[in-house]
Amino acid sequence: MPATTQSPVAPGLFTWPSEAPQLIGSRCRDCGVMTFPAQSDCPGCTGDGMEESLFDRRGTLWTFTTQGFVPKSPPYSIKEDPATFVPYAVGYVEFAGQARVEGRILENDPDKLAIGMDMEVVVVPLRVDEDGTEIMTYAFRPVGEAGGG
Amino acid sequence: MDVAIVGIGLHPFGRFDGVSDLDMGVFAARQALRDAGVAWGDLQFAVGGSLGQTLGGGASPDTMVSRLGLTGLQFINVSNGCATAGSALAMACNSIQAGVFDVGLVVGFDKHARGAFDPDPASLGLGQWYGDVGMMLTTQFFAMKINRYMHDFGITRSTLAKVAAKAFRNGSLNPNAWRQKPMSEEEILAAPVLNYPLTQYMFCSPDEGAGALVVCRADQAHRYTDRPVFVQGISVQTRQFGSFEVMAPWLPIERGHAPTVDAARKCFEMAGVGPADVDVAQIQDSESGAEIMHMAENGFCEDGEQEAMIQAGETEIGGRLPINTDGGLIANGEPIGASGLRQIYEIVLQLRRDAGQRQVPGSPRVGYTQVYGAPGVGACTLLTT
Repeated sequence: MPATTQSPVAPGLFTWPSEAPQLIGSRCRDCGVMTFPAQSDCPGCTGDGMEESLFDRRGTLWTFTTQGFVPKSPPYSIKEDPATFVPYAVGYVEFAGQARVEGRILENDPDKLAIGMDMEVVVVPLRVDEDGTEIMTYAFRPVGEAGGG
Repeated sequence: MDVAIVGIGLHPFGRFDGVSDLDMGVFAARQALRDAGVAWGDLQFAVGGSLGQTLGGGASPDTMVSRLGLTGLQFINVSNGCATAGSALAMACNSIQAGVFDVGLVVGFDKHARGAFDPDPASLGLGQWYGDVGMMLTTQFFAMKINRYMHDFGITRSTLAKVAAKAFRNGSLNPNAWRQKPMSEEEILAAPVLNYPLTQYMFCSPDEGAGALVVCRADQAHRYTDRPVFVQGISVQTRQFGSFEVMAPWLPIERGHAPTVDAARKCFEMAGVGPADVDVAQIQDSESGAEIMHMAENGFCEDGEQEAMIQAGETEIGGRLPINTDGGLIANGEPIGASGLRQIYEIVLQLRRDAGQRQVPGSPRVGYTQVYGAPGVGACTLLTT
């Protein structure tokens, strides 16, 4: 395997490189509301006393859907061929006492997903750029899936 | 509120190659002027709504003056997401209510590109990464909201299909609708799943069209028509903290209610009537789940009661509370600047008893409309004879 360069899809979304990646959010010093991504102002109490705060690595699936048609590109970063497009899933994972965060899910069969199931945060390749750089994103994976853990 | 609707116009919704957004707007405006029996030169103001003017590629509504006549009237452009038309009407009503003007035009149009909306993440204050990873799609939100709602309140896929089948059936009775072919629940359920649990025929699509209303002081309505419809309540509200909205990278754990809940309460309060008084309603059915959830958000039932109501046919044209009698967004598509005006056009037809084959029985006196859109705005109107 040739060495590949990897780069996050955006800075500041997740701790990386890391064996145990975590999402980076912000927490309001005044009211405790937690946002993702981090932001400087609090939409809960209207203050501006936010500080960086990491999310737990595990949560539960709050809701989900699948993307069954090719998204327009842009804004999607991958120019898919409808003939070979593989649907993907997205959903919100609830991190207890923190917030519900939206992300891609590494299981695209809705029959294998269920509201309330345990999920964990992973960092995976989203696509490979023309220069060979792997663009990495956070995603959610059902806990206990084959190869997981 | 002391405002009357005395003229209505609608350019059919659908796809019209070679017809510009402005052409459609002018068509609807002229129809509304004829309906009211008023000349363009007699209008004191106009409010025009479109999304195209801010997305790019669309005309500014006020450029209509070069077609309708350069009379020097005040013309204000409005663009407020899917609530654009509701916002345009609210501005017009407020101008009349404030005593600034006596009579004016509300017009809205759009000519959207084919396929799902593809906004730039920056337009909603989001990082480009949100689009990069494939989450910048309104359809995902609607699917995730109804998926959770089905889990919480026991709504079934059969009920999702019934809502879509009703839309196509009502659309088949509406010569202005884009989709005029009835479709069975079986066909709807068997169609490709676009976003689980929603299939292709449960969704509305962006399209083209225009709508227009002539509005005036209520005490002057009889100068123009012997069948005025009065705006008794109107409201536009943005989201509260904790509301589950389209294009949201995160949500707080604590759920807040949807903007439609606030807009509906305010609208009913202003009108001094309640949801039980409504005879016919047009509500935002971006997909069939949205119609179901908006029934509760507007106050027409409690969460979960929709299952029995829809299975019993209560929202059909002959039912207890007919909803989306013109086929709604599912059969008409969504040209955003015009969509809310289409709803009001339909209510005015129903209250005038001019709705032809899709006329609700009896003597409907109270009508209601609601639009909802990104990034979390609801707009409602309460209309009476």
